[in-house]
Amino acid sequence: MLKITDLHAEIDGKEILKGLSLSVNAGEVHAIMGPNGAGKSTLGYVLGGRPGYEVTAGSVEFDGKDLLEMAPHERAAAGLFLGFQYPVEIPGVSNVQFLREALNAQRRGRDEKPLSGAEFLKLAREQAAALSMDAEMLKRPVNVGFSGGEKKRNEMVQMGIIDPSLAILDETDSGLDIDALRVVGDGINRIMRKPDKAVILITHYQRLLDYVAPDFVHVLAGGRIVRSGGPELALELEREGYAGVAA
Amino acid sequence: MTLALPTRRDESWRYSDLEAVASVWPVPAAEVIEVLAGQSIARVIVQDAAIDAVAIRDFQVILREGATATFHVLNVGGQLGRVTIDVTCHEGAHFELGAAMLGGGDQTLEIVTVLNHIEPNATSNQVVRSVLGGRATGSYLGKVAVARNAQKTDASQSVKAMLLSRTATANAKPELEIFADDVKCAHGATVGELDANALFYLASRGIAPPQAKAILLRAFIGSVFEGIADVAERERVEAVAQAALERML
Repeated sequence: MLKITDLHAEIDGKEILKGLSLSVNAGEVHAIMGPNGAGKSTLGYVLGGRPGYEVTAGSVEFDGKDLLEMAPHERAAAGLFLGFQYPVEIPGVSNVQFLREALNAQRRGRDEKPLSGAEFLKLAREQAAALSMDAEMLKRPVNVGFSGGEKKRNEMVQMGIIDPSLAILDETDSGLDIDALRVVGDGINRIMRKPDKAVILITHYQRLLDYVAPDFVHVLAGGRIVRSGGPELALELEREGYAGVAA
Repeated sequence: MTLALPTRRDESWRYSDLEAVASVWPVPAAEVIEVLAGQSIARVIVQDAAIDAVAIRDFQVILREGATATFHVLNVGGQLGRVTIDVTCHEGAHFELGAAMLGGGDQTLEIVTVLNHIEPNATSNQVVRSVLGGRATGSYLGKVAVARNAQKTDASQSVKAMLLSRTATANAKPELEIFADDVKCAHGATVGELDANALFYLASRGIAPPQAKAILLRAFIGSVFEGIADVAERERVEAVAQAALERML
């Protein structure tokens, strides 16, 4: 599904990713762990196509297509979802309006029929309920005045509505209390744990992996993947820290 | 009213397109609106003249004791589109303005207000939002003059402009002339551009850049026209604003 080969990327002339390679197949959950400044968030932004992140070498193939050639909104329509570490507040734009425009823009991009207002509201209410989010919050401006946990939950509601094939979730567990962590973990499993989908979880901690069991764990340090293994690698990291494992 | 053609030295014409002004000078006298004591009026002014036209509309409003006037102004048309409102507030009167200027190309758009608070306890509230692209210039000049005996005057102005190109210009010029000592005159002005983080967030959810910009700009203009009581009229104004925004993207 996703094939990253020898990816180099920089911001403001400073190289952050230094030859990163990773293959993700349908049906797999990959966890990417690593110390601060290793390039974890940069990887998410580069895959999402954020302006300012320049790819200087390497390639990324997504479902056989050149991902790096696509504009950010085209990547979304192709099935890629980026869960933000810091979801953006957009005053004056309601969640419902934003998500309906987003979903229908994607559907049009795939030559599918846009959802009517009523169809969309039904879907949005179902997804909000599945993540224990008050339906009233759907009417509020996007992320404005939401707590850290509510923002992350809102990311998952968006993911449920958009129903992507590949989700890259950047520290979705940060800012969550134990109960919210379980709700979000269940959400990821329910929406994305399917044979035709895949997830890349970017995280610092083992705790999210207690709820979303990864098939593979990778350690990202110094801009490249320095170790890969099964779920046991996350436990080893938790025990010994990055210094021991990534050295 | 003066018959002499204005010059740059006239404060209220400082940022105008004087060549365009000359082509239509002299302009008709201001429309005078007098609101009697305790009464209230609401006016909606949509200035969407043809792009090569010069549209200058002047209003002179007199608010008697306890009177209220609510003006909503959408200024989008013309090579020069200018709306001026000169308001005189008697005791306890209230003036409310919600205005938007949306322009691109080589347009010059202006909203000029003068609030004369001549007696105590009058209030005024002005909200102006501008979106400017191309080489357009949008100017808001808002003068508040508070007379010596006009104690407890409460006048506020909120002016925000959004520039869509490096060649567009926004002028926001509050001018306070206060001779009373117990008054509140608040003014705030910002000039900015579309938030790159918000644009990327919208794009990451599948919304193409032109639609993403339209969503953010609609939100920016936001509540300016919410106060129009007549729903049909509000929808008409919002449709003209929407069309003006789409022309700029």
